[in-house]
Amino acid sequence: MNISLIISSAYLIAICMFIIGFMRMHSPATGRSGSLVAACGMMVGIGATLIDKGILSYNMIILGIAIGAVGGVWLGRRVKITAMPQMVGLLNGLGGMASLIIAIVELLHLITTTGDEVNPAKGFVIGFTVLIGGVTFWGSLIACGKLQGIVTSRPITYSMQKTITAAMAMVGLGLIIYLGFSLNNMPLLISLVIISSLLGILLVLPIGGADMPVVICLMNSYSGIAVVGAGFVINNVFLIVSGALVGASGILLAVLMGKGMNRSISNVMFGAFGAVAENGKLGLTENKPVHKATADDVAALLSSVKKVIFVPGYGMAVAQAQHGVSELGSILESRGVDVKYAIHPVAGRMPGHMYVLLAEADIAYNKLYPMEDINSDFERTDVAVVIGANDVINPDARNQPGSPLYGMPILNVDKARHIVVIKRSLSPGFSGVDNPLFYLEKTLMFFQDGREALDQIISAIKNY
Amino acid sequence: MNEILFYLFILVLAVFTGYLVIGRVPAMCQTPLMSGSNAISGVTVIGAILITGAETAPNISSVLGVIAIIVAMINVVGGFVVTDRMMSMFHK
Repeated sequence: MNISLIISSAYLIAICMFIIGFMRMHSPATGRSGSLVAACGMMVGIGATLIDKGILSYNMIILGIAIGAVGGVWLGRRVKITAMPQMVGLLNGLGGMASLIIAIVELLHLITTTGDEVNPAKGFVIGFTVLIGGVTFWGSLIACGKLQGIVTSRPITYSMQKTITAAMAMVGLGLIIYLGFSLNNMPLLISLVIISSLLGILLVLPIGGADMPVVICLMNSYSGIAVVGAGFVINNVFLIVSGALVGASGILLAVLMGKGMNRSISNVMFGAFGAVAENGKLGLTENKPVHKATADDVAALLSSVKKVIFVPGYGMAVAQAQHGVSELGSILESRGVDVKYAIHPVAGRMPGHMYVLLAEADIAYNKLYPMEDINSDFERTDVAVVIGANDVINPDARNQPGSPLYGMPILNVDKARHIVVIKRSLSPGFSGVDNPLFYLEKTLMFFQDGREALDQIISAIKNY
Repeated sequence: MNEILFYLFILVLAVFTGYLVIGRVPAMCQTPLMSGSNAISGVTVIGAILITGAETAPNISSVLGVIAIIVAMINVVGGFVVTDRMMSMFHK
């Protein structure tokens, strides 16, 4: 039987396995098997590639696969769940880098075999893949650095930022077209690599830490587009289809995240949220009275009620308080309290991050509710306990057309009978906007580090 | 059909498939789904294997090719390991 026919059939099977895997990953019950199916699809694809007649020497390939697999297992096991956004960011970057290298090596190959006599379309796709691969690699590294705290998470802006970025993108496109007509031109290729790197860096530096979910999704999408590019470069339909799946999914998640923040993707990428935050700070009123509470007050309240909703924000994960939340939740449940967890679409630093953080802390997934499903529950809730969330519970987003947050979907925490807010200080959230929820008559403010607060409440509640 | 047009044809269908397959994913599964799709973007390792295998003697292309295989394999394996870890944490 024809070897290339076997390979193509294997690719077809692998694609089906990717799609089936994705579909099974829609539910936590079948998700694990879904990931396994997709991983097997990958093995089928790689295995089939290894029998390709174009492969003349296996030594280097085996070496590369072995090192990469060991590195991947090591990295994948070691990374903490809180650091998952950085991990996904880093992996996106590596994928982009691989696609970029493929384009460059194919270019070198074409130059030695055919000289300058190449269809310009080939030069375009090579140039395009280099550009998108370089943007993905550097953009992901910067995003990763911001999430890890190596690069400042504050938006870094400078004058003429948009003009400079747009100019560089135009230069990049110009170089791609030039490359199509002048393939055997090393300085041109090197300039394109440099431009794409700078573009990746300059695109992500001006974006703030809390907007990283959108950036990570976009980079995920770009890494998929880079794979599509690599597929066109080496005429491989398997790469084109797989890359398209990833590219589409990344864009889709980026749009979902944007909706959760009531912002468009272009507003996240090029918008000036910093400027809005400056105006917001003016509205901060000093010395408004709040009801300060102790761990004992909170414990007394929680032990006298029937229905509690926990509202975790990223601050909870920063304080490593999720295990405390889980413990407090199960103590309350053991006393017959109805306990639920309300999760905002952009809670955490990547899509769905909060669910994974709480699942890791041993909270059953059927108690985790997305905003749409739980918002009508708050008015029938005795206590809403907010830990490390701020902007996503700000009632101004619903009531104050002048607020920078206005229009953002929020959790209706203000409708609960009592509210407990665990927070280190009254400092505003990412948006820089004051939160009127903190000053309500029914709100108890417990000023304490999240983890410490939970420990104190847990030991206090045992006396009730 | 022209080869490039044929590929574009497939590309468009694949984009729609990706859109429909991921479209209604519940928020709970977004992180593992993203790391899973991230692992799949490491499929570019196949391209890296093909370009590396085309070289018989070690040269700049084969060195670059091996680097591409290594980073793409880290992407694939690392991505699937974390996806599996996260999916296995979900329990009722």
